[in-house]
Amino acid sequence: MFTNAGTSSFTAFLSKVAPEMLPGRRPLPPGMAADLAPHATTIVAIAAAGGVVMAGDRRATMGNLIAQRDIEKVHPADAYSLVGIAGTAGIGIELMRLFQVELEHYEKIEGAMLSLDGKANRLASMIRGNLGAAMQGLAVIPLFAGFDLAAGDPARAGRIFSFDVTGGPYEETGYDAIGSGSLFAKSALKKRFRAGLSIDDAVRLAVEALYDAADDDTATGGPDLTRRIYPVVMMATAEGTRRLTDAETATIAEGVVSGRMENPGG
Amino acid sequence: MAMQFYASPEQIMRDRSELARKGIARGRSALVLSYEGGVLFVAENLSSTLHKVSEIYDRIGFAAVGRYNEFENLRRAGVRMADLNGLSYDRRDVNGLALANAYAQTLGAIFTEQSKPFEVEICVAEVGATPEDDALYRLTYDGSVNDEPGRMAMGGQAESISGVLKSQHRPDMSLSEAVRAAVQALSSVGGEGGAARTIAANQLEVAVLDRRRVGRTFRRITGAALTGLLDGDAGADNAPAPGRAKTPTVPTEEANKPTTSAGSADLEGQQTEQPEA
Repeated sequence: MFTNAGTSSFTAFLSKVAPEMLPGRRPLPPGMAADLAPHATTIVAIAAAGGVVMAGDRRATMGNLIAQRDIEKVHPADAYSLVGIAGTAGIGIELMRLFQVELEHYEKIEGAMLSLDGKANRLASMIRGNLGAAMQGLAVIPLFAGFDLAAGDPARAGRIFSFDVTGGPYEETGYDAIGSGSLFAKSALKKRFRAGLSIDDAVRLAVEALYDAADDDTATGGPDLTRRIYPVVMMATAEGTRRLTDAETATIAEGVVSGRMENPGG
Repeated sequence: MAMQFYASPEQIMRDRSELARKGIARGRSALVLSYEGGVLFVAENLSSTLHKVSEIYDRIGFAAVGRYNEFENLRRAGVRMADLNGLSYDRRDVNGLALANAYAQTLGAIFTEQSKPFEVEICVAEVGATPEDDALYRLTYDGSVNDEPGRMAMGGQAESISGVLKSQHRPDMSLSEAVRAAVQALSSVGGEGGAARTIAANQLEVAVLDRRRVGRTFRRITGAALTGLLDGDAGADNAPAPGRAKTPTVPTEEANKPTTSAGSADLEGQQTEQPEA
């Protein structure tokens, strides 16, 4: 079964040899299951000059409880792209792991990386596979962003794609946010985003937007100064993906918090 | 009615072995050897796109000689198996031995059950923390496995190439020394009247599994970097591999951390200190 000629897609291979490993292929008992599992919340992405920045808060909630304070919802999808997950945490993490293997698998089999649009389309079809579970309350919505190696103008190489439970992808201009706090994060970004931001400014703006989301949405966690838990901030540029170190995010988050001490509205 | 001729099992196996050996001996050779910084693959290959050497997983590489369609099929199977195991368990649970065993089973079954054996010889190489920890498995057309001592040659005239390589190879060689030794061994045969010849850089396929990298260690060496190594340019040893910067060049604590993601550990970058909960 491993030697059959055919697909370069790992999910297509799994659907033949181990369909139980695909999240969408599991039979669910009838009824709503939304309150069963923790939910991951807000992710923001901002296109900047020469790349794209993605940041996520660290909270997972279960109803009115905080299920986890330090969950990591933003991950590299491959060397040049990032994926963030909102919705049912367990399925989200599983989909993200599967997506990472999908991209790496294609790259190894074909000897070349998928185009950025190709990656977004693969992710859309994987989300679509989860539609049944989504209708029972176990929805997962990713946010996908990456540096487009094929872009002519490096200033426009940072691209963002959003999705819904039926798939997608929808390319976004400039910025986007997903998850329970996305309404507030997007409102903040709408007023502050300018085309051609530098990467550093975009990082600061992303942390500010997450602060605004946490300010008004109980399911989004703000910077936790007492436990030193700060948002996960990643970027994809021509040099590849990079995650800001804890020290770097601490400095930025503390700057944002001290700014809000003087002006709570930011 | 056609006459049924009796052929003894020994005769059938001998015929199949002969067919496979002849097929393999027609092709150009490939070498795999350990050096101080990792495992080096050098293959003589006129094509720059139809690879004889490729990546299987984080620390596992693959080299093959013989029929392209047959070893390409095996390579894909290996990538599928490694990715499936890495996703089901963890990236650290994928190892070269399991893959070598799976290849041995497949090749053995094809040799005895199919009317034509695969005309291939392959090497599964796994890079370890030191040259002594590297594992090179040689798999032949009939499914036999050999654990090779830090170096191996496959393909046409492999024995004489192997002899030259053995006299040159040391596990503590630098990359440029290892590349030059490998090219010298490859070019020691095939000239006029069995004499040595020269092989141009564009006819070589060179790749390494870099011992010091975290995550995916496989890198191809092409173009100027390769010419630099062949010319004995000492600086080329430390030349950054094309592609991504910011990858640690020495093993760090992160090498031992559990990977959060099924994607490669080298993508994750810095791991946060655990917050005091």
